[in-house]
Amino acid sequence: MDLTKLTIVQAGQGLRKKEFSAVELCQAYLDNIEAKNKDVFAFLTIIKDLAMQEAKKADDLISSGAKLPALAGIPMAVKDNILVKGVKCTAGSKILEDYMAPYDATVVSKLKKQGVIILGKTNLDEFAMGSSTENSAFGPTRNPHNLSRVPGGSSGGSAAAVAGDMSVFALGSDTGGSIRQPASFCGLVGLKPTYGAVSRYGLMAFASSLDQIGPITKTAEDAKIVFEAISGKDKLDSTSVSMESSPEKMIKPSQIKAGIPREYFIKGIDPEVEKAVKSAIEKYEKAGVKIIEVSLPNTQYALPAYYIINPAEASSNLARYDGIKYGLSKEGKALLDVYLETRGQGFGAEVRRRIMLGTFTLSSGYYEAYYKRAQKVRTKIIQDFKNVFNKVDVLFTPTCPILPFKIGEKIEDPLSMYLVDVYTVSVNLAGLPALSLPIGQVNNLPVGMQIIGQPFEDIKILELAKAYGA
Amino acid sequence: MLSKKEVQHIAKLARLSLKTKDEAKFQKELSSILDYIEQLKKVDISNIEPTSHPFSIKNVVRPDEAESKRYNLLESAPKTKDGYIKVKQILK
Repeated sequence: MDLTKLTIVQAGQGLRKKEFSAVELCQAYLDNIEAKNKDVFAFLTIIKDLAMQEAKKADDLISSGAKLPALAGIPMAVKDNILVKGVKCTAGSKILEDYMAPYDATVVSKLKKQGVIILGKTNLDEFAMGSSTENSAFGPTRNPHNLSRVPGGSSGGSAAAVAGDMSVFALGSDTGGSIRQPASFCGLVGLKPTYGAVSRYGLMAFASSLDQIGPITKTAEDAKIVFEAISGKDKLDSTSVSMESSPEKMIKPSQIKAGIPREYFIKGIDPEVEKAVKSAIEKYEKAGVKIIEVSLPNTQYALPAYYIINPAEASSNLARYDGIKYGLSKEGKALLDVYLETRGQGFGAEVRRRIMLGTFTLSSGYYEAYYKRAQKVRTKIIQDFKNVFNKVDVLFTPTCPILPFKIGEKIEDPLSMYLVDVYTVSVNLAGLPALSLPIGQVNNLPVGMQIIGQPFEDIKILELAKAYGA
Repeated sequence: MLSKKEVQHIAKLARLSLKTKDEAKFQKELSSILDYIEQLKKVDISNIEPTSHPFSIKNVVRPDEAESKRYNLLESAPKTKDGYIKVKQILK
């Protein structure tokens, strides 16, 4: 049996039936990382010894006959902007190259309580800013389906780790598509939970009104297991909320009305991607889902509004990297020089671009024209979603307008990279849950379809994805 | 189009040192992004309230109770002295 092909459910059954031990399972993944990470570069840090220690503990628990949590003994990977105590956390940035995490993120402590085995920390666009993982200060991650292509981003290392069978599942973070788009590019399920469903404590703040942590997995069932393990109110994140626990209901496709927003199928989409998404929609229709064409009239304004709000929040969040409290610190004659040199040399090009953009749109004389206007457009985008959700339960859209592109293809033109996020950013502006579902391949490259749900109906979209057979 | 002087001004506000050779690069890139953003001017936003948070949550409070576990965050600081973070002189 190839242990590195297993889902969470399959690995959990194997451990319970003692078909293999947690140590054997962990070793199989570490061997695969050893063999593949040179080429794929999914992991920035591998924590071999600690992982094996934890695997031994899991085996002890199994042989004790105690009731096992769903994730006990399951090897996993964590995006390197989420803190794991005592392990380096770089955010893919030179400014945090040697930074040691002093505590666990809430999601990490929840998963540790279940007995997961953390294999390591995964590569990302610096501070999660990007759509290809090429913005990492430590080098790009490659798509395991085709090594000349990007894995998507910013959670590209997490997606590549799972797609390359180097981890059973991984955590990512999604500010404008950073879980869904790499899941789509790597043929996986990726869930961006409802804003507030998962605690952000211990996630490096990027754009706080948009950021959410979520799972990247091989199946929708696995995504649901991880989501249930990490969600819930946390007193350390005052924006987190407790989900009203609805009793486990099987969702029948025939009970679902799905909207197809016409603004998501216009110029700019690869015709092959469009074809694949339309045939997935047909498959749902055959299974009994009622398909209704709907309109989200402000869709075209979501991306420009996002690229005001996101850099504005980022510019203030990243003010903390000042060379004083932690991280890189450059010498300077006066305090101002310490700031200027630490930040000027420690941040990469995309991070500096966004900090400058955000600083500009928040600066005196421009605030009303840019930031305030974008906040009002955000209100209109939320209103659009509210209107269509009076008529339908969920929305079906492509996750990304294009197939995984070549490494180097877009990196020199920042605006062309931003356009990759066109179908994913509205969801973050509105705080909605959404997932990317693998629906097949075009030219041997994976394609994903996005399912968008209403606030706190994360389980419903996961069940619907399960019904597809993913 | 932003001027090079404006780019330098923004960089200084953002506390980023900027090499002369990077001025033109950021001037071009920031200007093209700002041109793209211009299309928001077409949206009718009269009588629309701004959104800063996706859901309307009210102030969230909890008792401010000290916990036994403390992290030694000073260990992460580049320079410390007598249990404090050391910085450059700010007053002459």
